[in-house]
Amino acid sequence: MSFKKVAIILLLLALFGLLPYFGTPYMVVLFGNIFMYVVLTLSWVMFSGPTGYISLASAAFFGAGIYTAAVLSFKLPVIMIVLMGATVGFLLALLIGVITLRLRGIYFAMFTFGFVELLLYFVLWYETNIKGTTGRIVFTLGNVTVYYIMYILSIILLLVMYILNKSKYGMALKSIGDNEIASEHSGVNVTRIKILVYALSAAFVGACGSIMATRLTYIDPKIAFNPLYSFIPIFMAIFGGMREIYGPIIGSFIFSYLQEVLTTKIPYYYMLLFGLLMIFIIVYMPEGLIGLLRINLIKRNRS
Amino acid sequence: MVTLLNVIIGGFLMGGIYAIVAVGLSMQYGVGRVLNIAHGEFLMVGAFITWSFYTFLKISPLITFFLVGGLLFILGYIIDWSLFSRLRRISPSISVYEGNSLMACFGLQFVIQNLAMLLWGGGLKGYSYLAVPVNIGGAVFGTNRLITLVYALGISLLFYLFLTKTRTGKAIRAASQNATAAAIVGVNIDFVLSLCFALGAMLAGIAGCLVSMMYSIHTAMGLEYTVIALIVIVLGGLGSITGSLIGGFILGIIGSVMSYVEPGLILVAYYLLFMLLLLIKPTGLMGR
Repeated sequence: MSFKKVAIILLLLALFGLLPYFGTPYMVVLFGNIFMYVVLTLSWVMFSGPTGYISLASAAFFGAGIYTAAVLSFKLPVIMIVLMGATVGFLLALLIGVITLRLRGIYFAMFTFGFVELLLYFVLWYETNIKGTTGRIVFTLGNVTVYYIMYILSIILLLVMYILNKSKYGMALKSIGDNEIASEHSGVNVTRIKILVYALSAAFVGACGSIMATRLTYIDPKIAFNPLYSFIPIFMAIFGGMREIYGPIIGSFIFSYLQEVLTTKIPYYYMLLFGLLMIFIIVYMPEGLIGLLRINLIKRNRS
Repeated sequence: MVTLLNVIIGGFLMGGIYAIVAVGLSMQYGVGRVLNIAHGEFLMVGAFITWSFYTFLKISPLITFFLVGGLLFILGYIIDWSLFSRLRRISPSISVYEGNSLMACFGLQFVIQNLAMLLWGGGLKGYSYLAVPVNIGGAVFGTNRLITLVYALGISLLFYLFLTKTRTGKAIRAASQNATAAAIVGVNIDFVLSLCFALGAMLAGIAGCLVSMMYSIHTAMGLEYTVIALIVIVLGGLGSITGSLIGGFILGIIGSVMSYVEPGLILVAYYLLFMLLLLIKPTGLMGR
């Protein structure tokens, strides 16, 4: 890393770290939300980016995190609840991984797609038949606390991804995406690495869910297991472009802001718009926004 | 005895619908390599078109059935022609194409769902058509459910004959086994792939028509059917259309039994089966 890069990163870290001191309360809520999407998007990219295995289960881990917080609400301190949310996400992904990651990627995509539905129905059944009521109350946290937890979580995730990228495990992950059979033959324990990285990425989603639960105050299975949380992170990652780590971050910043603005004004139209945009990006700009920027830069350098 | 009859007829009823939906998805993935996770949304559209025709124009669902099939076929063809055929051209390899088309379908799912939400609203809809009870050996069913069963079995049979006896059907099966080889021996592969997607959408649509005759419908209903169709095509064996047909009926029977044991856990039971399949026999009943 060059000196300039380090300086920019430190500046941004300081800026966002001090945001609650100079920003309006609305900005704190807004950026808390944005950092949530940064975590969701990056954790999706962490596994699905290099390997090409498409996970459609983010919403399942997110919902599991929400339920963890709801069950442990008022019983444990906040930090323990976040850790438990991460653990639940980790274990669920471990289960999915053990079942599907030995097989071709398409089985993984299929299995993860329905997983959120499975948890939804299971929790719904449990709550109505065993517990007797469907809803739960979650403790609330101050907006500044939520903001800082999200901020710290984003930094930890970025660090983990940075270290992973530099380590031999990151290389192994990329080689799996390039050619899994060749990777296996060169001595990489492909299944184990896939499962572990997938579980690690899901831990962040679970942690995220357990914090965001405090924003909801009341939850039921339909609120917690919302398939939107599988769709949005993928959309943001693809929009930003997955080649570089800052692509998904830019994607999440732009679209969580847009979502914030459009949700109240045109709730159905904006989802429609996101869907159309996703299709458009896949067909016309497969490298995402940073891909476009790079092409423009190359053109400018040539002329 | 009566319960057994109930379970069996109920199982065939659910199974018939599952089979139609799954054969549709099997056409799209097994042949066309598009893992259409928006499949259930086509079913939802079919259900809502049927509902609209019955509620506003008083046209019988049994007639709308054919109209829905035609409309969804055209819609499917347009989507394949405008989106997937383009993706096929720009994707460097089949696995890249599978990934791209899967994510495009994810976008499509949200597009269709939100369009439907704008058009029909978010509430539950339903209508009562031929709900006269019929007694078969002590087991009581609504006439509409029995008609649905007849339609579902009829469609399954017709489709089976289409695949095994006609030239186009044979071309489709050839393409599902090896697209490149099929193209070499003179199959118009682009046409076959578009046809498969369109037929898949058509089958989902007519399944939606049948579903709307029995249950109340809403714009978020598609996801559940997509998940079921995914499980059925793995159960039948990826790529095997006949497998999906059989798998649909097997899952229908399981669902029917579960609805007596614990109706809240039907989908959970399906998923347990899915897990077992992936652990023990991921190639399914008739997979290669």
